[in-house]
Amino acid sequence: MEEKEFTITAFSENSIGLLNRITIIFTRRGLNIESLTVSESAIHGIFKFTIVIRTNQILIEKVVKQIEKIVDVLRAYYLCQDEIIFQEIALYKVPTKALTQSTEIEGLVRKYNARILEVTSGYTVIEKTGHKDETQQLFDDMKKFGVLQFTRSGRVAITKATKERLSAYLEKLDTEKLRVRI
Amino acid sequence: MKTRKVSGSEAVILSLLEEGVDTIFGYPGGAIMPIYDLLYDYQDKINHILTRHEQGAAHAAQGYARVTGRVGVCMVTSGPGATNLTTGLADAMLDSTPIICISGQVISGLLGTDAFQETDVMGFSMPITKWNIQITKAEDIPEMMARAFFIATTGRPGPVMIDITKDAQFAEFDFSYEKCRDVRSYVPRPKLNMNYVEKAAELINNAKKPLALVGQGVILSGAEKEMLAFIEKAEIPAAWTLLGNSAMPTDHPLNVGMLGMHGNYGPNIKTNESDLLIALGMRFDDRVTGNVKTYGTQAKVVHFEIDHSEVNKIVKADVAVIADIKETFEAILPLIKKNKHEEWLNQFKNAYQYEYEKVIQQDIYPEKEGLTMGEVIRIINEKMKGEAILVTDVGQHQMIANRYFKFNNSRSLVTSGGLGTMGFGLPAAFGAQTGQPDKTVVAVIGDGGFQMTVQELGTIWQNKAPVKIVLLNNNFLGMVRQWQQMFFDKRYSSTELTNPDFITIAKGFGITGTTVSRRDDLEGAIAEMFKHEGPYLLEVKVEKEDNVFPMVTAGASVSDIRLE
Repeated sequence: MEEKEFTITAFSENSIGLLNRITIIFTRRGLNIESLTVSESAIHGIFKFTIVIRTNQILIEKVVKQIEKIVDVLRAYYLCQDEIIFQEIALYKVPTKALTQSTEIEGLVRKYNARILEVTSGYTVIEKTGHKDETQQLFDDMKKFGVLQFTRSGRVAITKATKERLSAYLEKLDTEKLRVRI
Repeated sequence: MKTRKVSGSEAVILSLLEEGVDTIFGYPGGAIMPIYDLLYDYQDKINHILTRHEQGAAHAAQGYARVTGRVGVCMVTSGPGATNLTTGLADAMLDSTPIICISGQVISGLLGTDAFQETDVMGFSMPITKWNIQITKAEDIPEMMARAFFIATTGRPGPVMIDITKDAQFAEFDFSYEKCRDVRSYVPRPKLNMNYVEKAAELINNAKKPLALVGQGVILSGAEKEMLAFIEKAEIPAAWTLLGNSAMPTDHPLNVGMLGMHGNYGPNIKTNESDLLIALGMRFDDRVTGNVKTYGTQAKVVHFEIDHSEVNKIVKADVAVIADIKETFEAILPLIKKNKHEEWLNQFKNAYQYEYEKVIQQDIYPEKEGLTMGEVIRIINEKMKGEAILVTDVGQHQMIANRYFKFNNSRSLVTSGGLGTMGFGLPAAFGAQTGQPDKTVVAVIGDGGFQMTVQELGTIWQNKAPVKIVLLNNNFLGMVRQWQQMFFDKRYSSTELTNPDFITIAKGFGITGTTVSRRDDLEGAIAEMFKHEGPYLLEVKVEKEDNVFPMVTAGASVSDIRLE
């Protein structure tokens, strides 16, 4: 079965060790996590995990169900590339000398829609947001100027659906009584 | 709400009492001593049973939970005390057994410093628990205890680990208790979707050769009666998984026997002739399906299951109803048409007859000199008439006992299915007897597994638990030996045992016993065992190199089940 890139978004309570519980599910199946971002979601106290994984359709369904089964996870979804808008952020540190000696870096900053965050006498920090191939391309183009440091974040993603899926789910929990009270 | 100033330790005990716990299995040590000190004051309310090893405490809690349907509780100290629970937690996780394990932990200031008897309890227990929590503040104890009980017992049950630092056990706070009824992120009972119930009913009503696959979910849900009403109305032959055993009476006319690797001939071959497999609270374990690629491919599949993640995990369902199975049965029964499948049922009878002649007869009425495991179980059935609780260990004896043991009542089988834990039997039998003191508990154990947790004879004796231990001794790790014979050219690598004198060992623990090696003595010895009032060890020296058949060999199709 064809492997492709999936973005998993999981919403959870803020409990200690939960990241470990989630990653165990990937470890058990020998799946490599391509990228991982965790931060508080739009709903206070609920955290959002964005996990990028390369696998096939059958496996992603099983894995997401196993994530959702974790007691402290509210909901987990998987999304294909065309269902989300996503970005990553990359930071590049280059010697300031390289900027002053030619206009090439300035040109790259303009071309890639990057921006300069900080300039000191020794180094300059450039920021670029985009997809991985774009941030990678800028890195490759700047290599010859001697990039001192380069770092890239995990993915942040939002769905193309008009409403955040979790809030819809939380509403349903109460209105449609998805849960039977015990 | 009334509050009272208590220590964290007392809060643990008060929480247990609020949840109706009157029995715990455990082993004290440094980091749990404050709680044990308080247990001393509560002896009239909570019976703490000292096992001889923490693994024994975990399995005893499992045995207790499985026969009572209540939570099994165990309590241990930090470090090795906690790690010794690992096997029990993993076993309870795979077999959906509600147990709560409370471990002491080093004081919170020392966490992460490699302090004496410190281990990362959260870390190691995470993959083998349904939920786990570390408590470092006394005031969190009541809420977390309540949550632990809620999570362990609801939905698909499972083990919960609670790690409490020693300073939290000492600290005082105002105690009040409220039972947990909701955890926002947790959906223990998904709402039943009537659309799928209707679709399932249509498939069931139209099926010519339906086969019900009864799993432990039926027992966990307490849906035995509803399940019988369902299969009886549509006259559906019903086979069971290992853990589904005892969900329906052995003698029920629609009970067609055990599924899987050492299951009955009929249910296995008919799986691949059926037009509708109806999975009832089961998870298509590989020991049930054999080669999945050739498993029931001609049949449609209806799956009734509470755990969403089990649906389509191994076998794709055409219709799945994700809900508590008792509710599902109640919802579907009015939609099920009365039906007859006489010809289809007859095929199971014929298959059984064939298996009887080829395998069963010589298992339970052997003509050869050596004693068989099957005849021991047959005589136990003749004496107990289906009223006993069976606890087994893991291996050949487990398969034979499950194949032949007769059950009238549900929750009468305790065995380690998913994890296949040797050493499970003896402590689990003790736990089962503790939970059902008025029933006869028969522990059928092999000579290998018996020696893994033999120290629990001490627990059995100290508590005067009248467990009837039937040790089927073939001087081999029999199941491994069988595989070596069949698939490894009889190269018996490390499977032959030089065994101790088991009767002397039992005697050392104060337990009476006897050894049988001749057929003429067998029935009398079994009768004597049941007549004896206290615990009893009956060692039966069985044929050394008998094999368990039928067998779906690993990777083979269920329709290629071997009878020899």
